[in-house]
Parts: sequence; structure tokens; C-alpha cells
Amino acid sequence: MNNLLRRVLLSASAPVIALLFAVLVSSVVLLASGSNPIAAYGDMVTHALKLGTIVDILNRATPLYLSGVAAAIGFRMNLFNIGVEGQYRFAAIVSAYVGAQLALPGVLHVAVILLVAMFVGGATAGVAGVLKVTRGINEVISTIMINAILISGVIAALSKRWQAGGSVDATGSNAGVGTDPIPESGLIPNLNGLIEPITGEIGRGKELTGMFLVAVAVGVAYHIILNRTRFGYDLRASGVNPFAATAGGVSANRMIVTAMVLSGMVAGLVGMPSLMALGRFNPNFVSLLGFGGIAVALLGRNNPGGIVFGSLIFAFLDVSSGILQISGSASREIKDIIQGIILLAAVVAYEVVRRYREREEARLAAEALAESGSSPPFESGSTPSVAGA
Amino acid sequence: MTQGNDSPADGSPTINQPAIELSGITKTFPGVVANDDVSMTVAQGEIHAICGENGAGKSTLMKILYGMQSADEGTMRVFGDRVDFKSPTDAIDLGIGMVHQHFMLADQLTVLENVVLGAEPTKSGGRIDFEAAKAHLQEVSESYGLDVDPDDLVETLGVGERQRVEIIKVLYRGAKILILDEPTAVLVPQEVEELFRNMRELKADGATILFIDHKLEEVLEIADSITVLRHGKTVATLPNEGVTASDLAELMVGSELPSPEITESTVTDTVTLEVRNLTVGGGGDRPAVDDVSLKVHAGEIVGIAGVEGNGQSELVNAIVGTVSPSEGSVFLSGEDITRRNVRTRRESGIAYVPEDRHHEGLLLSAPLWENAALGHQTKPPYARGFFIDRAGAREHTETIRAGFDVRTPNIDVSAQTLSGGNQQKLILGRELTSNPKLLVAAHPTRGIDIGAQAAVWDEMRQARKDGLATLLISADLDELIGLSDTIVVMFRGGVVATLDPSDVTPRTLGAYMTGAAIESDDRTDDLKGTP
Ligand SMILES: Nc1ncnc2c1ncn2[C@@H]1O[C@H](COP(=O)(O)OP(=O)(O)OP(=O)(O)O)[C@@H](O)[C@H]1O
Ligand SMILES: [Mg+2]
Repeated sequence: MNNLLRRVLLSASAPVIALLFAVLVSSVVLLASGSNPIAAYGDMVTHALKLGTIVDILNRATPLYLSGVAAAIGFRMNLFNIGVEGQYRFAAIVSAYVGAQLALPGVLHVAVILLVAMFVGGATAGVAGVLKVTRGINEVISTIMINAILISGVIAALSKRWQAGGSVDATGSNAGVGTDPIPESGLIPNLNGLIEPITGEIGRGKELTGMFLVAVAVGVAYHIILNRTRFGYDLRASGVNPFAATAGGVSANRMIVTAMVLSGMVAGLVGMPSLMALGRFNPNFVSLLGFGGIAVALLGRNNPGGIVFGSLIFAFLDVSSGILQISGSASREIKDIIQGIILLAAVVAYEVVRRYREREEARLAAEALAESGSSPPFESGSTPSVAGA
Repeated sequence: MTQGNDSPADGSPTINQPAIELSGITKTFPGVVANDDVSMTVAQGEIHAICGENGAGKSTLMKILYGMQSADEGTMRVFGDRVDFKSPTDAIDLGIGMVHQHFMLADQLTVLENVVLGAEPTKSGGRIDFEAAKAHLQEVSESYGLDVDPDDLVETLGVGERQRVEIIKVLYRGAKILILDEPTAVLVPQEVEELFRNMRELKADGATILFIDHKLEEVLEIADSITVLRHGKTVATLPNEGVTASDLAELMVGSELPSPEITESTVTDTVTLEVRNLTVGGGGDRPAVDDVSLKVHAGEIVGIAGVEGNGQSELVNAIVGTVSPSEGSVFLSGEDITRRNVRTRRESGIAYVPEDRHHEGLLLSAPLWENAALGHQTKPPYARGFFIDRAGAREHTETIRAGFDVRTPNIDVSAQTLSGGNQQKLILGRELTSNPKLLVAAHPTRGIDIGAQAAVWDEMRQARKDGLATLLISADLDELIGLSDTIVVMFRGGVVATLDPSDVTPRTLGAYMTGAAIESDDRTDDLKGTP
């Protein structure tokens, strides 16, 4: 048990070290640019401790986490689904359309919207998988191309049409331009009712997205599928050594397509918090979460738990850096620097921690040996014996 | 990195200085003392063999000498100078080169690119001067009689050729001290002879060679002196004179030399594997496997003899299902499995020991228990329904570990921490305990020490008695002759002879393998196992 705790602490130490290092470097940058780093970080942390900000951070972390898991599923098999960005936006448009057309009882309505989003995301990514196994086209190229087609083509064309005379909402604001609104029954209720009895009033019109629970469920499912199922075993095996996996009965082609589809299905959910909050797809719909997801997957080493860490750190920086604009203690862009450095530093930090752990284990082993006598502990005797020999 | 003390000013090797002097080298890994106070001296210009059981610490010691791993304690001297290598680059600078137990070539690059990798001659502007590199490579390869084509893709090369590339790579960098970790494990006898010829030439040229080998006759043939390691300690360093193989065996494992002889025949009438007119490849090129037919009965071991690259690998792949044949069919217990995928085949009872354990056999960064499941992950004890049965898998891995003497501190360490021979034992254990109908084993005892080899042979004989059909591919002709009920010789993709092992010797078998004896032979028809 003590051992387990040590291991958890050690694994968590790498991203924390990376964060500290990034903070250090950014301090230098801040000093050089004439700002006071202590004031800036102070502002950010104080701001982050407010209930409203915590809700904002969780709202930001939720889609980042989903996006991270989407990227991680691909990474686990050495597939780079760089198309999460296009997949979630396209999935959101289609599900917003479908959701707006339907009149269904609550749970069912929400389920249909989420399933449509997952289906569209999965199908879009699946195309890249199929292209890879049938035509040998690298998934990086194909997902980038599909991204370009979906984002520039479809989404731009739609936005044009909406602007030309689409549905403008009652306030007449630009934000109202978009798909028809999804009826109330299709929107996941916020979790305010769930947490406010504990935390007290959140206030200021802030809502904790109901998708938070979906993200938790996705994380648990990812963990179980990856680590406990035969499918997850095949997936990891293909990632570690595709040739051995093939000889072990794993069909490489099938795994590539399945992994891409699964990655796309999770990607389809990335846009849902934004869609649920806006009630429709419109120009205010969130963007760039696909790339954020790649970053948090890297930071979290593609582990279900690690990505939680990664997405919380990134969400914290995204959200609490907003205060800098108001307080004026530093430029808000400092968060981009911190995020960039964390990613670089994490690579080094993981290696350092790994080496430390190895040395530590070797030292403990050597001590144990010294206490118990000189021969290695697993040595049963000097002559090898094989059963049945 | 080099603190010269008693060395000449120009750093050139001094006559009479030993090439290498190790003293008190200790190296600990988690749960294992790989080297325990090892001392050893290697004279200049000698061929020095290192022997010892799997996991005795041979590779680790060599990696320390090559700067790949650092010793916890102890000192090293090279040509009399005290050295403290931080990385292989330091060792290479002093003229030490190493060919690893598991080759480290990039498949997708050509021979030339692999050789120059890390030591590229550059033209002005930092571009690689491939012309100069090629000239130097050809010079090296000619002067030592190491024949390779610089423009071949490494992917297309057989193991013997890969090995030559590795040796050239080392010589290209001007190595004066060569470390060869189990160089003969992957070679057929003819290739071993060629390697030994090369080694003698290198020695005549003043090179010092350290090599690791489990085959004691080979050691006695080529080595000037021999160091035996056991449990990480030096047991002895002996000159070659007056030492016998059984002396060495005694020192290494404390037991007699085993021999792979089979006692009584257990061959039944039930055909487990039938390969009918199988052709792999072709279509323009010469097919890798050319119209091969053979049968393996329950209780029978059919050995396939052949020089590497004569279609054995492709035949195996077609049986296991990793390549599809262009013509012909494969039957398992009478059922046509030609169009089945690998998984279905493995589930219906095909066990498979691949020729290259790192390439097709292991998930190196995964724990041992996950490696034990590989290829059997859909069935108990490794799986329950759609889930991996962790407890069952771990328990079974412990059984394999105990039964096949896989030396490891525990089953949660990654496969890459095992010594080469212990990795092989893990694979053998996983395949032999999977309750197979057919075992397709390519070089099953490759890299395994003589003690464990005997145990594996016993295990294979026992399985044969219990009705297992075995297709055995081996470069070790004694193993092939000793274990097989029937020997099939493959040459240029075809079956050129079917022989009774009781009336072949390694020498006559060798003649068949090189195609020399084919014309004169007419015994192929009256032997069992022929379709
Ligand atoms: N990187 C590593 N991490 C942990 N343990 C290791 C590592 N490398 C080697 N070992 C352990 O050190 C011991 C010696 O290994 P080594 O590879 O030197 O054996 P070897 O004599 O070369 O055996 P073989 O004949 O099987 O190749 C083994 O018990 C092995 O498990
Ligand atoms: Mg070794």
C-alpha cells in the first residue's frame, strides 16, 4: 500500500516538476518584460480559488479531457489523429441540426444528440482509418485534409448561409446566427443543483456543464477498455510492437480502423459542452480544443488518470490567466508560454523521474540483497530445472 | 574521459599491455546483481570467449565495456589506460565496437546508410558524402572478406547478412577491439565457419575479439582463452589448451553436456498439419516458397533444414497466417485453414515460436505477464469473456516462470529487462503450455544455455509423446538430427530432400542444404512424412 502511494506520487511528480519548471522560465520572461511574476501568479491563483472560477476551470477541462482521450486512443497505437478539431466541430453541427428537428422526451433526446455526435465523429475519423489500411495513406495527412475540408468547406459555407438570412434569434445578436435552437429537452441540465448544496450558490449566471459527468464516464470507460479488456490489450500490443501483435493474432488493419473510429467517437463528444451551453451551433462555438487535446494527452502520457492532470493544468492556465487582463499585472499571453514550456519540460521530467525510480529500485534491491545474503533472491538453485525434465 | 597514467603520450596501444583489464566490476539492477565483483583480463590480439548460463551477466558486462551501461563499482583499463565511459561514443573513440545479441539495424535503410549512421562523412555544407562512405565500406568489406551489397535494403537481408552488416559497421568505425554478443546463435554451420574465418583474419590483423557463445564446441574451436561467468561472478579464466566441452559445462552449470537424442518413435497416423503445393510470392520473382508439400503427424517432429533465406521463414509465415500464399493450401487436422486469419489459427491450436524474439515474439516494454498472454490473449487462463483475466494471467505466468526457469525478480518487470536466453525461455513456456496441436518452432533454443536447452528438448519430447505435431526449423544441425523424426531440406524455396535423421550426419546434411548433394540423391520417396 505504502508502495502504491509512492508510485502514484512518483508518477504525479513529473507533470508537477514540468509545471514548476515552466513557471520558473515564465517568471524570467515576465521579469524581462517588466512585470512582477509574483503578482501575476498571485492574481491567477487567488482568482482560481473562487468558486465561480473553479466552475469555469471544470467547464474548460471537460472538453479538453475528452479531446485528450480522443488523441490518446490514437497515440496508444502510434496513430496520430490530428483531425479531432474538424471531427468535433462537424459532429456538433450535425447533431445540432438533428437535435433541433426532434421532439423527444428528455433523456432520449439528449442521448440521440450525443449518439449522433459520436457517430459523426467516429465515421469522419474512420474514413482516415479506412484510407490508411486500403490505400496506405498516412492518417496524419488524411486527417489534416479532412479537417481542411470540414472546417473551411462545410463550416464556412454554413456560416455564410446563416449570415445571409438564417435564423437570427430574438436579441438579433450575431451569436444568434446558427442552427435552429435545440429544444430544452435536448439539452443536458447543468450540475448546479447537484453541487450547490455542498458549495453554496455559484452565482453570476455560471453553470457547471452536465457533460462533466459524461467526461468522467468516458475516462472510466477508457481505463477499463484499455487496461482490462482483450480489445485494450490488442490495442496496446499493436502500439508496442505491431509485428508481435500480428503474430499473436491481432489484425493490424482491423485495429487501425477500430482505433480511429473510437478516437473519432470520443472526439465527437468534445463539442457537446459548448453545444449544450449555447443551445445551438453558432459562430460562438468553441474552437481549437482539438489541438489542446493533443497537448494534454502528451502531458498525461495517454493514461486516463494522467490526462485528468493535464487537462486540469491547462484549463487552470486558460481560465485564470483571464484575470491578468483585468488586473493588468502581466500579459495574458504568458499562459501560452507556460503551456508550451510545460509540454517540453514534461518530456524531460518523465525521463528524469523514470531514471530516478530505476536507480531507487536498484538501490533498494541491493540493500535487500545485502541483508539477505549474497545470492540473488530469485535464484532457486544453481542448476536449472524445467518441469517435466 | 581518459585519464592516462602509464600510457605513452600518443595514446597508441603499448605492446604487452592487456587490451582490456576489468577489475571489481559490480552492476545491480532492481532485484538482480548482474555483475558481482567481476575481474577479467584480455590480452591484445586474442580471441576471448565468455561463457555462462542465461542471465549470468555476460551481456551486461559487455555493455559496460562498451559504455552502454555504467558499472556501480569497479575499474576498467583499455590498453593500459584507466577509462570511464559515459556513452558508447567514448568507447568507439578508443576503438571498441560491439555487435549486440539482438541486432540494432534500421530495417528501412540500406546497408550503406546503416553502416554510416552516426559516423557520416560529410561534404562541404554538411551533406553526407555517400561516395566516400561507399568507397570506405567496400574497402572494409573486401579487406576482411565480408561480402555485402551496400545498396541492399536491410529489410531484405537474412540474419547471416545482417550480422555481416553489423560487423562491418563496427569495423568501419575503426574498431580494434570487437565485442560480439552471441554472434553464432543465428547462423547455420557454413555461416559460422565463414564468421570464424573472418575472426581469424581480424585477429591476424591485430584485432582483439571478445565473444559470447553458448555452443561449447565453437568456443573450443576459435577461442584462445575462455572466461566463465556464473551468477554474475567470474568462475574462471582458462587458456583453451587442455579444456574439454564437459569441463566448461561443469564450470557453467555444474552438469553434464546434454544431447538431443530421441529414444523411441511416437509418430501416429493422424495428420495434424498438411501443406499442399504451397507457393509464396512469385509473380515475376522467384517464389520464396515453391510448390512445397509436407505432412506433420501427431506425435511427430519434422525438422526443416536449410541455409537461412531458402524459404523457411516464408513457409512458417504461411502456416501461421502472417502472409498469404499465392497458391496451395494449408490444412490443420484435415480442415482447410488457408483463408483463416492468424487469430483463428492460433485459437485452433497453433503455437508459434518466431525466429526473431524481439521482432515477432515480445512486447519489450510490457510486463512479463502481458507477454505471456501474447498470442493466447483470447483464451483462459488469460481471458474471461471480453476481459483480460489479470489474476489468471499472472498465475499462469508464475507457472511458466517456475517451469521454464525464467530468471527474473518478478513477473511485473518488463520483458526488456530479461537476458536474451530468459526471454526465449518465456516464449517457449508460453507456447508449450498453451496446449497446442501444432507447434511451429523456429530456432527454439536460440540463445539458450546448455542446461536450459536440455530441459527444453525434454519438454519438446514430452509434448511429442503426448501427441503434439512439431514443425522445427533450426540452424543447429545436432538439434535437428537429434530431435526430428523426419528431416526435410529446403533449398531455393523448394523441398529438395526428405531424410531419415538416423542416417544423416551434420556433414551430409550440410551438403544437402547447400544444394551440393541434390543430384546424387534418390532416397526421397521411401521415407515417412513424404506426401
Ligand atoms: N536493463 C535491465 N534491467 C533490469 N535487469 C536487467 C537489465 N539488463 C539485464 N538485467 C538482468 O541482469 C541479469 C544479467 O543479464 P545479462 O543480459 O547480462 O545476461 P546474459 O549472461 O547475457 O544472459 P543470456 O545468455 O540469456 O543472454 C539478468 O538476470 C537480467 O534479468
Ligand atoms: Mg546476453
